Amino acid sequence: MSTQTIPRGEELVELKLVKYHLVASLIFLGAAMLAGLLMALQLVHWNPLQGWELLSPGRWRMVHTNGVAYGFLANAFLGALYWVVPRLTLHRVYSRALSWFIFWAWQAIVALTVVGLIWGPSWQTASWVQELAQRWNLPMSLGAQGLEWGETPFWIDPVALLGLFLVAVNFVSPVMKTKGPLYVTLWYFLAAFVWTFLTYAMGNLLTEYHLTGTSAGAVGGLFIHDLVGLFVTPLGWGLMYYFVPIILRKPIWSHGLSLVGFWGLAFFYPLSGIHHFLYTPIPMFLQYGSVISTIAVELVVTTVIINFMATVWGQGRMIYTNLPIRWFYTGMVFYFLTCLQCALQVTLTFQKLIHFTDWVVGHAHLVMFGVFTMWLFGIMTYLFPVILGRPWYSRQLAEWHFWLSAAGVFVMSADLILAGVFQGFWWASLQPWDVSITGSQPFWVLRVFAGLAMFGGFLCFVWNLYKTWCEPAPATATAAAPA
Amino acid sequence: MFETKGGVLFLAGFGFFALAFLSNAVVPVLMYKDLPEQPVEELVNPRIMYQFEELSRRYPEQFRKYVGEPTPENCAKLLRLGRQIYIGEGCWHCHSQFVRPVSNESLRWGPVAQSHEYQNALQRPVMFGTRRVGPDLSREGGRHANDWHAVHFFNPPVVSPDSPMPAYPWFFDGSPDKPNLRGLAIITYVQWLGSWLKEYPYYEQWNDIRQAEDY
Repeated sequence: MSTQTIPRGEELVELKLVKYHLVASLIFLGAAMLAGLLMALQLVHWNPLQGWELLSPGRWRMVHTNGVAYGFLANAFLGALYWVVPRLTLHRVYSRALSWFIFWAWQAIVALTVVGLIWGPSWQTASWVQELAQRWNLPMSLGAQGLEWGETPFWIDPVALLGLFLVAVNFVSPVMKTKGPLYVTLWYFLAAFVWTFLTYAMGNLLTEYHLTGTSAGAVGGLFIHDLVGLFVTPLGWGLMYYFVPIILRKPIWSHGLSLVGFWGLAFFYPLSGIHHFLYTPIPMFLQYGSVISTIAVELVVTTVIINFMATVWGQGRMIYTNLPIRWFYTGMVFYFLTCLQCALQVTLTFQKLIHFTDWVVGHAHLVMFGVFTMWLFGIMTYLFPVILGRPWYSRQLAEWHFWLSAAGVFVMSADLILAGVFQGFWWASLQPWDVSITGSQPFWVLRVFAGLAMFGGFLCFVWNLYKTWCEPAPATATAAAPA
Repeated sequence: MFETKGGVLFLAGFGFFALAFLSNAVVPVLMYKDLPEQPVEELVNPRIMYQFEELSRRYPEQFRKYVGEPTPENCAKLLRLGRQIYIGEGCWHCHSQFVRPVSNESLRWGPVAQSHEYQNALQRPVMFGTRRVGPDLSREGGRHANDWHAVHFFNPPVVSPDSPMPAYPWFFDGSPDKPNLRGLAIITYVQWLGSWLKEYPYYEQWNDIRQAEDY
């Protein structure tokens, strides 16, 4: 072994690619947050842009969710993957040219998705669109398709699938070159490449073209569920299993628990899809099955959280002093909360009250922002100084970024979850529908301000990054080289 | 096996995904295979035709200009287009199409949702919905008149004062009495929802408690 030289991380990683993906992710995150703000303002009657077709809140709401999933999360994950995978496998990704092709192709895919969602509906009445739809019996138009997170216009789907396939090729190749058992992170990544491709194909091809009614509901539930659980979750946890030990400079506490966490997630998570459509005409035994596997997921999650808490045990002060670690562990606390919430809300007892209410919206924000966005912010907080070779311009701004984000998402989720309980009771008590609208106003107003806090945190981060980037490089550019 | 490439790739990656797909997707698909998908043309019923003809008489110039005659074929065409608009404008993100058997929903809206109601081309993919900011729409047809819908789409607060629903002036040629093709299509689609039921329209059975004497 001693004669063999192990390549250093910086020899394997294309830094520019990491940088580009992270910056692209921030651009899409900014756009997606503004889109969410527009919808939030609409709900409290403060939307100053009413009546403009291309600024319709209904269309921008889809930009919000899809922008976060495919613009922000996918880009940020790719940036982190280009950093992590070569370091863990000691091999470069499959091809540099392919990587750059994927980068530009993916930006085009997301940008065209936005164009399609915003502009597509305006073309629906064109006669050639109608003829096309009728001839091929297509149930959709040039704009959105009718499945949450699967709204990506049908003419983009094949390209997006090709993109996901190329991503898998690019990253599976270095993993395949390694010998012996894989590290935890790579289990998650390897499975995620397969899952993401299959999930996207299932949701965007099967439900859109071939499935009707109740069975479409079952598969649609599986799709929205798997996109969170088999794309976002494994990539997120895989990154945690890499960055937490690196920064703490010690191994994960228990390898056994890591195994339980991965295999438990892999087995139980996909089985829970139907829990999104409880009390629908989907057969009851399938609904019960999804409830039970969801509760099983919560038990698995608990083992993972224990594992990570035990890892930081004795170094708890790092959560105070080290910003990335603080982002990571705050996200983990939120993760535990969302999963606990999930195990409760998935029961038929809770569903009766909270289905279709803002409770679900609060839950979604807690997961997507409180967990995964926080983790990715932590990763960026760690990576940018290393990539740029200089410390953050301002620790103060970084602290503001953290506290505005954390407080913002906590207030927003708590607010919406509570609003959901009220809405559920208003509906069940058969009060006029308006009661649930006027009653929700205070909650929705608070939500606007919580969202503004999160956006404010984002602006602090962008400003901080801009200043760090533009500072003259230090004379001796000795970047701290992580393993 | 649990830490090898093959194990992760084939057991977790493909295997567990396939298992879930089998149990959560293939099973329901097979269970409903005897309920064939109804084409849009078969969904045109006398109740929606009544509304469709009403639409042609209420807005004769607009209707003749954009649709032509109120025939069943044109009705099917507008249903298809109306559903596309319903999806493209994101209506389904704030309105569900699914009455649950709990929470007094059958009192508020009408009969609980059943599978056969959804086995048609206008429910591919299904419009169950995930959030109800506004009310459920699966029993909406016939509840309001066509001109109510026109004014409502043009500027919701006019007929529904506290409504946070956005205005859709691009469904009209300038004023609420001039719905264009999109306006006519979305009204037709909304009036179709629930028109297949035996009891129709199904009004709320509850009384407004603010009207009660001891309120």
